[in-house]
Amino acid sequence: MSAKSNACIAGIYEHPLRVAPNHTVAQLHAEVARGALLDAGLSLNDVDGYFCAGDAPGMGPVSMVDYLGLKKVSYLDSTDIGGASYLAHVSHAARAIAQGQCKVALITLAGRPKSEGSSGTQVRSQHASAPDFAFEKPYSPAPLNTYAMCAMRHMFEFGTTSEQLAWIKVAASAHAQHNPHALLREVLTVEDVLSSPMIADPLHRADCCVVTDSGGAVIVVHPDIAKSLKRPVVQMLGAAESAKGQMGGKVDLTYSGVAWTGPRAFAEAGISPKQIRYASIYDSFTITVLIQLEDLGFCKKGEGGRFVEHGQLIAGKGSLAFNTDGGGLCNNHPGNRGGMTKIIEAVRQLRGEAHPAVQIPHLEFALASGIGGALGTRHGAATLIMGRVS
Amino acid sequence: MSNILNVPLPSPVINAENKPFWEAAQGGRLLLKMCSACNEPHFYPRTICPHCGSDQTRWVESSGKGEIYSFTVMRRGVEVPFAMAYVSLEEGIKMLTHITNCDFDAIYIGQPVKVVMQETQEGQKVPLFEPIA
Repeated sequence: MSAKSNACIAGIYEHPLRVAPNHTVAQLHAEVARGALLDAGLSLNDVDGYFCAGDAPGMGPVSMVDYLGLKKVSYLDSTDIGGASYLAHVSHAARAIAQGQCKVALITLAGRPKSEGSSGTQVRSQHASAPDFAFEKPYSPAPLNTYAMCAMRHMFEFGTTSEQLAWIKVAASAHAQHNPHALLREVLTVEDVLSSPMIADPLHRADCCVVTDSGGAVIVVHPDIAKSLKRPVVQMLGAAESAKGQMGGKVDLTYSGVAWTGPRAFAEAGISPKQIRYASIYDSFTITVLIQLEDLGFCKKGEGGRFVEHGQLIAGKGSLAFNTDGGGLCNNHPGNRGGMTKIIEAVRQLRGEAHPAVQIPHLEFALASGIGGALGTRHGAATLIMGRVS
Repeated sequence: MSNILNVPLPSPVINAENKPFWEAAQGGRLLLKMCSACNEPHFYPRTICPHCGSDQTRWVESSGKGEIYSFTVMRRGVEVPFAMAYVSLEEGIKMLTHITNCDFDAIYIGQPVKVVMQETQEGQKVPLFEPIA
């Protein structure tokens, strides 16, 4: 059943902390759940669908439903496609609501990678039974080096430059200056990005997202419930998900799984990229943004560098504004999973509740796009298209 | 930046499905899987072909020659810098690996390379690649 117009996002909450040494992960989940329910004007007793991913402690929804005190849950989903999980959860929630399996779906994310000492240069521990990890362990694949190889190939095939990638960070920093909760609020120049230390060629430190302790939650509801609440109504219009890997050795680093999910989400929504003026684009690294912008059809493959340069992603400057909260690059990347905050800022924009300095006026549609896992080896991909109901 | 010291390599996780690959590597041979049904090679090796789903896969030996498809030099955040790459083998698959025995700053996409085995601390040989002089 289609997600189109059959479900609405009624509540959002982004945890204000970026360092949480004295919180538990479960506690952060509970705080963001409470925040999103308060935002919607709903209570724990209204929740009948619960969604979480691998960041949830214990046995996922089994532990969390008990911990949170959800008493009437009739629908559970613990899909884990890394940082893109929460976009898939919104899609799954919308379809479950359309099928009558639940009416109020709560999706939570939280993590403490900053307090736990996580870094993008470290190999992420994986279960020894993972067939790929068993094979690739000797080569120490980490977020930085696998994304860096995508950037290197993009530069080789299309002439993309480090300056062009730097403009993506510059745009994120221009937005983050207005966000009092952002971890990095300093406005950067292209020179600042290029003079930051080279970590894994061609990615500099400033090409990377932040590591933060934080979390976020989203409430997806039946349209009848959305209309009864006192919040602007944001409805689901289109959604798609997929996964892309090494394709049995036919590796192609120039595109992501979003090349498959973007067109499907646009087809379901019945709109085109030209109608999108705000997009939340997963920004684990600058190259992640560039490749998704091409894959979503905002520009042709290979032309992403020219599309992003000279501040064209800054609100009010170009045809498309991105990540007006400062994104994962400057604001928040809770639990090393950036999908939740992508949804949240898109909803703020559609409600007209983004910071006035970055609010896109009279916004009708917004898009959120996510990549979870590693762009250069294997990743989940998900795209959401949402609209404001006036 | 050149790798005077060999980068310490973690050992792979050897299991029933990949054991023939690692045994061959110990003897200096680089194996791939070839599918007899669709005649396509694949990597990393599986028992069931990821291209067509057939169980008619067999081990074949690679020439060990290819060229660099993409790479990065991991300069910071690690104890010893290393050069990670995807190498495109003559047989038509690309594999994740490291480039070794060279000046890291002179590595380029399209560079011809050949396989060279390097031991992990536990003594398991692992396929890396070095430039063909």
